[in-house]
Amino acid sequence: MITLHINGLKVQVEEGTTVLEAARFLGFPIPTLCHMEGLSPYGACRLCVVEIGQEPNSRLVSSCTFPVEEGLHVRTASRRVMRARKMILELLLASCPQSKVIQDLASEFHITQQRFRQEYEDCIMCGLCVRMCKEQMMSGAIGFRGRGQKRSIGTPFDITSDVCRQCGGCIYVCPACMLRCTYTEPEKAICGGCANISIPCYVKDQFKDMMCYMDPCVACEIKKD
Amino acid sequence: MNHQETSISRAEPDRVKTGVIQLLEAIQAKHGYLPKEELYRVARETNKPLVDIYGVATFYRAFSLVPRGRHLISVCLGTACHVRGGPTVAKEVEKILGIKAGQTTEDREFSLETVNCLGACALGPVMVIDGHYYPKVQIARVGEIIEAVKLGQKERLVETDQRLFPLEVSCSRCNHSLMDSRHAIDGHPVIRVTVAFDNKHGRMVLSSVYGSYKVESEHPIPEDTVVNFFCPHCHAEMIGGAKCGECGASMVPMIVRGGGIVQICSRKGCKGHMLDLGGVVID
Ligand code: FES
Ligand code: FES
Repeated sequence: MITLHINGLKVQVEEGTTVLEAARFLGFPIPTLCHMEGLSPYGACRLCVVEIGQEPNSRLVSSCTFPVEEGLHVRTASRRVMRARKMILELLLASCPQSKVIQDLASEFHITQQRFRQEYEDCIMCGLCVRMCKEQMMSGAIGFRGRGQKRSIGTPFDITSDVCRQCGGCIYVCPACMLRCTYTEPEKAICGGCANISIPCYVKDQFKDMMCYMDPCVACEIKKD
Repeated sequence: MNHQETSISRAEPDRVKTGVIQLLEAIQAKHGYLPKEELYRVARETNKPLVDIYGVATFYRAFSLVPRGRHLISVCLGTACHVRGGPTVAKEVEKILGIKAGQTTEDREFSLETVNCLGACALGPVMVIDGHYYPKVQIARVGEIIEAVKLGQKERLVETDQRLFPLEVSCSRCNHSLMDSRHAIDGHPVIRVTVAFDNKHGRMVLSSVYGSYKVESEHPIPEDTVVNFFCPHCHAEMIGGAKCGECGASMVPMIVRGGGIVQICSRKGCKGHMLDLGGVVID
């Protein structure tokens, strides 16, 4: 067992837990974007910053990747943390303003505008989909490609991957793209595209009972009748 | 598919277990780029998802997924070269070849890339074509240089150069002279550098006579060790982008007084070297 202080409260937690888990266990809210239970911590969005250590030497770390240490002092909502968090949210808003998840987080932190050049990316490189594909679906169809400004997520050579199981898990976890269309009837679907593609569980027998995240989905509706 | 089989299993029999990067390097060295089927092969043989291999292949600049040209032109856009007009040199090359950085001409003769520092900042703007340094490139001469390369740098090589002559060299980073006249080998002042290898760090002097290869080191250097060279004045590592044609270790560039660059192999015992004197190449 390891003893640490979170916001002045002394707590004991199992060795190997992360600061995020410990704080959440105690009920201190820490916003996250690239963290998801069941997936390995990745530390991409930095939204979960907390301050550790004593005042003059304190520093900011991402709590989702930081394992607890004996005698650690953690502050989850100090002024410095809040400032950093707001900045991160502004940057996220600047790159991906159409994301519902980011909008919600921003309004939660009372951010009404951002100071950076507005872009309209559809990816924030949080890597949730990549981890989902690899760790939960055991597939590894998509991954990071390139580097720096040109970094992107996708399949090798930009062609349909032969290991993709078309489970939709990547779309399900994505906080930015909101690609998933939630209408269940072809006429009411946003683009109607789903009614025109052959959904694997519908056309191929071996995919009938596969695990799927596309619920609700036109295929299920069609299968029902 | 048979000739491809050789690329990993036969050419690199003991490497099948080693990292992806080494495998990709071997393939890149063989084909000049990474063909698609080879990436599938690597994925199969290493038991890793293709996307991971693809991620590595697209991450490193050293790898290319499209065939490269016969000649590789690297124009330096590092800080020092940038302020001395590296970008205009790059533009000029782009204009002459009609391609953008990162592309290859249609006839597969030239590939152009921009790099961040080639380790010869004191000679900026620097351009390297197939491992040969072109220092202080003037825009007006770019066309001439490329023409010469087209005709074949090789033809201008003097095959065996038996002449022995002393060189006066300076650090390619700070341009401070490396000559030390308090000490002599072969009857000429020596070149003094600091070297590091196997956790050892010490002084080393080299004979300044071109073609002599005599060295004296504070710590004895075992044969075949690759040594890191440092400038005793600015303490920067003397390393460029080029690799030794004989053994593949990286080359150590030094500026030759009077214009030009000499590169020596960083592996003890390897005699790989290259001398560029203002465009005239003596190998
Ligand atoms: S949740 Fe910790 S960095 Fe994204
Ligand atoms: S900046 Fe061009 S060689 Fe260093």
